[in-house]
Amino acid sequence: MKKLFALITFIALTPITAWSAGGPSVALEQANIDLNNHAAIQRGAKYFVNYCMGCHSAKYVRYQLMEKVGLTTEQIKNNLIFDGGKVGGLMTNAMPEKDAAEWFGGPAPDLTLTSRIRGGEDWIYSYLKSFYTDPSRPMGVNNTVFKNVGMPNVLWELEGIKEPVYHYAVIHDGHTEKVFDHEEDAKNYIREHGKGYKLEKVVDHLEITRPGQLTSTEFDQVARDLATYLTYIAEPMKLERHSLGLWVILFLTVFTILAYMTKKEWWKAIH
Amino acid sequence: MSFMNWIDARFPATSTWNEHLAEYYAPKNFNFWYFFGSLALLVLVNQIVTGVWLAMAYKPSAAEAFASVEYIMRDMDYGWLIRYMHSTGASAFFLVVYLHMFRGLIYGSYRNPRELIWIIGLFIYLAMMATAFFGYLLPWGQMSYWGAQVIVNLFAAVPFVGEELSVWIRGDYVISDATLNRFFALHFLLPFVLAALVFIHIVALHKVGSNNPDGIEIKKNKDENGIPKDGIPFHPYYTVKDIFGVGVFLIFFAAVIFFWPDFGGLFLEPPNFEPANPLKTPEHIAPVWYFTPFYAMLRAVPPMFGSQFPGVIVMFASILILFALPWLDRSPVKSVRYKGMLFKAAVAIFVVSFIFLGYLGMVASTKVILGFTATFWAQLFTAVYFLFFLLMPWYSVLDKTKPVPERVTQ
Repeated sequence: MKKLFALITFIALTPITAWSAGGPSVALEQANIDLNNHAAIQRGAKYFVNYCMGCHSAKYVRYQLMEKVGLTTEQIKNNLIFDGGKVGGLMTNAMPEKDAAEWFGGPAPDLTLTSRIRGGEDWIYSYLKSFYTDPSRPMGVNNTVFKNVGMPNVLWELEGIKEPVYHYAVIHDGHTEKVFDHEEDAKNYIREHGKGYKLEKVVDHLEITRPGQLTSTEFDQVARDLATYLTYIAEPMKLERHSLGLWVILFLTVFTILAYMTKKEWWKAIH
Repeated sequence: MSFMNWIDARFPATSTWNEHLAEYYAPKNFNFWYFFGSLALLVLVNQIVTGVWLAMAYKPSAAEAFASVEYIMRDMDYGWLIRYMHSTGASAFFLVVYLHMFRGLIYGSYRNPRELIWIIGLFIYLAMMATAFFGYLLPWGQMSYWGAQVIVNLFAAVPFVGEELSVWIRGDYVISDATLNRFFALHFLLPFVLAALVFIHIVALHKVGSNNPDGIEIKKNKDENGIPKDGIPFHPYYTVKDIFGVGVFLIFFAAVIFFWPDFGGLFLEPPNFEPANPLKTPEHIAPVWYFTPFYAMLRAVPPMFGSQFPGVIVMFASILILFALPWLDRSPVKSVRYKGMLFKAAVAIFVVSFIFLGYLGMVASTKVILGFTATFWAQLFTAVYFLFFLLMPWYSVLDKTKPVPERVTQ
């Protein structure tokens, strides 16, 4: 057993760094999703086909997958497929790439694996909640999680319109030295301290200035449902592998104990 | 046993069984470190079997590769399991082989008369690296594409012929469909070369016999029947012991496959879930963890005369120098158990350097660690890596060794 610990220690000493794809520099909100919640996945699917699929595809996913989370073939046909596609067909794009390039400056990425590319559901949840008005952008909106994103806020009717509340950071030597609520105070501070100080306008938080159809709690649930759905389709076999894995490890544990006893028995004679 | 007689008259079945298993005498004092040879063989078999099944559904074309992997993951029965066994197996293979090589290093398994076993083993390691490199392109994700781009460009750094050499490797001016198709062919071929090398590795081992943690030749001490006094038949003793080792290994292996197949982005990198896009360079390109020590050494060397070639030389030299190891070690004893503090300290520093190089190869070279850039640390540890080998002829002689016992200890 001492030897086993040696191995574990060895593995533990091997440096492990989690990757950050696309490097989210902002703190993400926790989505707290539950992949066992079939109702949430079903609702997420509904929002996805209604709000996302006009532009984005999920081209590695078959509509049929929703049967695994409790929808019937009829329900899928009537509620999720708008283009007369087959239930066994793939959720392919509705927007041609050429149009996408013309309208939005590039193709809308396929969303099947977004959750895995972005390191999980929290990014999706936070992203959906982080659109704000920014007249300098072509679509009139920007996003704190995905800076200068090319797409409009397709959920604005539900969420309402958000305006950014800025704060003003004084940067010195690449570090944030002080943060002010008002631009004037920051400017005065810089004037007092002289050269080498820079002013940076940073989005502190977002405020709803025009309410949408939903309350913010209700909208959080929409974002959570979409994050749940997108995480589910990114790896539909995730729960299956967890439950199968338990049995495999249970079997291997029994096998290993028996193997150990066999070894002990055979080795009795060796000194 | 008339059936076996019939066979044995035509094929050396019983004699082979005896010579290599039932009457192959292995030292009785193998410890923990001796599990990794048989585990490496197990993982090789796992890679070949799962690989063949993946190849039945995989499409080696730029237009279809990414989608075919997702097809395997989603639509093929237990395709996800086979694929995770394969992707986790790649990392497990390198892990057990690194531990196997470390065992050889500390117990002097590369010393006379086992130099050839060590050298054949290094060819196995080279074949593994080539196989892993070719295989990593196949999912056709962003990291597959750009990782291959970086590595193939290394060959472009070769003076005079570099450009043409890299075009010859790719079959195109950039990584493309042609590259993917040939990498698939090579990825399928090389494991069988690997298997043949493993066979030769074992033939060489059984010619001279196994080393052991004491670094003693058990064949020098035989009983009246000519059987080494400290030897026990490989079968059944080490077969039952290795089966236990296999059980423990598979528990860890299964835990990763079923519960942590990405391994925090180390085994399956998040950018690789995005299809290859020749027009979009990822922010940060890094090879998979088992190549990062060498990648760190590559980046540690600054370009000279406008060429990356010196870095490429250093990287290849870091592997080639391993071939010289049997002749660099001049200690009168084989095993670390009877070597002195000098050697022990050297090995410890070497291991720490290698692990840190592995870390440094993953992070941006401009990252500041303890006040210095990753590049600085990589240069320091690269120097340590090479000094471990280059100074060995001296410190292994100066080292104060302990007397080696006649017989193996438990």
